[in-house]
Amino acid sequence: MKDPTMLVGLALLLIFTLLALFAPILSPVDPIQQNIQASLTAPGKDFLLGTDKLGRDILSRILFGARISLFVGLAVVGGAGLFGSVVGLFAGYTRGWADEVLMRVTDIFFAFPSLILAMAIAGALGPSLRNALIAVAVVSWPVYARLIRGQVLVLREQEFVQAARAIGAPSLRIVLRHLLPNTLAPLLVQASFDMGAVILSVAGLSFIGFGAQPPTPEWGVMISEGRNYITTQWWLTAVPAAAILLLVAAFNLIGDGLRDLLDPRLRK
Amino acid sequence: MLRFILRRLIGLMLVMAGVSVITFALAQLVPVDPAAAALGQNAREEQIAAYRAELGLDRPVVEQYLRYVGRVLQGDLGNSIRTRRPVADDLRDFLPATIELSLAALLVSVLLGIPLGMLASMRRNGVVDAGARVFALAGGSMPIFYVGLLVLGLFYRQLRWFPGPGRLDTILTAPAHITGMYTIDALLAGNWPIFQNSLYHLVLPAATLGYFSTAVLLRMTRSAMLEVLQQDYVRTAKAKGLSRQVVIWGHVLKNALPPVLTTVGLTFGSLLSGAVLTETIFNWPGLGRYATTSVTTLDFPAVMGVTLVAAIVYPTVNTLVDIGYRMVDPRVGVE
Repeated sequence: MKDPTMLVGLALLLIFTLLALFAPILSPVDPIQQNIQASLTAPGKDFLLGTDKLGRDILSRILFGARISLFVGLAVVGGAGLFGSVVGLFAGYTRGWADEVLMRVTDIFFAFPSLILAMAIAGALGPSLRNALIAVAVVSWPVYARLIRGQVLVLREQEFVQAARAIGAPSLRIVLRHLLPNTLAPLLVQASFDMGAVILSVAGLSFIGFGAQPPTPEWGVMISEGRNYITTQWWLTAVPAAAILLLVAAFNLIGDGLRDLLDPRLRK
Repeated sequence: MLRFILRRLIGLMLVMAGVSVITFALAQLVPVDPAAAALGQNAREEQIAAYRAELGLDRPVVEQYLRYVGRVLQGDLGNSIRTRRPVADDLRDFLPATIELSLAALLVSVLLGIPLGMLASMRRNGVVDAGARVFALAGGSMPIFYVGLLVLGLFYRQLRWFPGPGRLDTILTAPAHITGMYTIDALLAGNWPIFQNSLYHLVLPAATLGYFSTAVLLRMTRSAMLEVLQQDYVRTAKAKGLSRQVVIWGHVLKNALPPVLTTVGLTFGSLLSGAVLTETIFNWPGLGRYATTSVTTLDFPAVMGVTLVAAIVYPTVNTLVDIGYRMVDPRVGVE
């Protein structure tokens, strides 16, 4: 691999995953434990990344926040990716009116600015992290449906698929054994970019109050809570913002790397 | 051509029909009785029941939906529970602010993203390229709400270089409504101080909102230019002894531009999404902030209206871009 960007992305992701997994061990204190005496302490030897206005340790909150953000990405991308892929496989394989109807449905979802629709859904269901995940998943699946359908339309005309059909392989087998595995590469690229986008969306929803609720150590919530201290106690917002930036950048770098790897035109 | 336009318009109408189903379904999700919410806490049971009947909320869902579509087609989006005004009137006031902000953000990203992308591609793997790529990566990964808070804190509260939240200084009055976009209305009225002030107020939110699309455009321009730079005809042009300027502007850019322009059209959707967060931070009275406040107060007629209008803007822009494209470049559209 000549381009080191993907390695940087993978390394970042590995670090965040380890931090999230071992958060209970690595955290100096409970992430929601208040300590008013230590309120707004600057980063230093007592508190590595400082404390917020309630004296909560920002390092501990960031570590537990990594769990939330990674879970958010996996849950939404997993759910939306699975649902969208099934729809795309079905539409592309059967074609005909079912395909036409399903693709018009994706058109409808594409019409909405994603955050406005997600916010309306999250608002209607009631503000909570779970509902924010549902809302973002609802606006995320059509991308996968479109992507997989496009792949399947190309694949189904290829000789190996026609050969499978000629020897009488049942449709389900063709879809699962021949079509699905060949759509995985572009699916992976999309999922990687989407992990970043989803983490940003959910943090944004939490920031405006429609996602995770205080005192949850979610990064968007942390930025929202620290917004009035941005010029005086910068660490309240800069640290969670940097965490979001690095984690999302990791997924974007991985997505870039995967895409370049899979695109022979760019492989130089 | 006419058939193409017609087909696109029919497609657009189908999408709109679907959009109306979703916005209607949204209102069904809310666990709040709109009649009770509209009448307030002191309303009696009979009053609420009567109002429910008046609104048609006691009818079957399908009938309610058809009535809703009928009203929407006449431009009636219902009344906002919070502002007690027709939602359509509210949106007429709020939409121009968002359009003004989005256009300004788009301008920022076109003026920054395309030249930076060109420069990066011409100095591939150099310092400029590396810088541009980091800038683009950060733009695509940075939470926009933090960027907003940061520029507001730095350039308004700390340095005082730019004015704070809002579209105008509070002591100034808005220009007479022509387009609803303050900068343009002030220019049309020849009101220089208002123009200047509203322009100043636009800078920070537009830069914040535009950062993400700048990153997208930069990357798109860079990769499109790189692809064209490898083409044989570019080598031929260079071999003919044409100057670098002529090759870049006349041959490379011309051929790299179409995908970039498509991206410009597509970024409009992301601008509307980004506007929700940017407008909240900059207290910008546009669609995004209207949507946020409406969702927070469970003002569902307003939520339905704003979601509907937002969902009309994006596909309409896309359809227009498509049609315009087809007119400019007849090669496009081989399906």
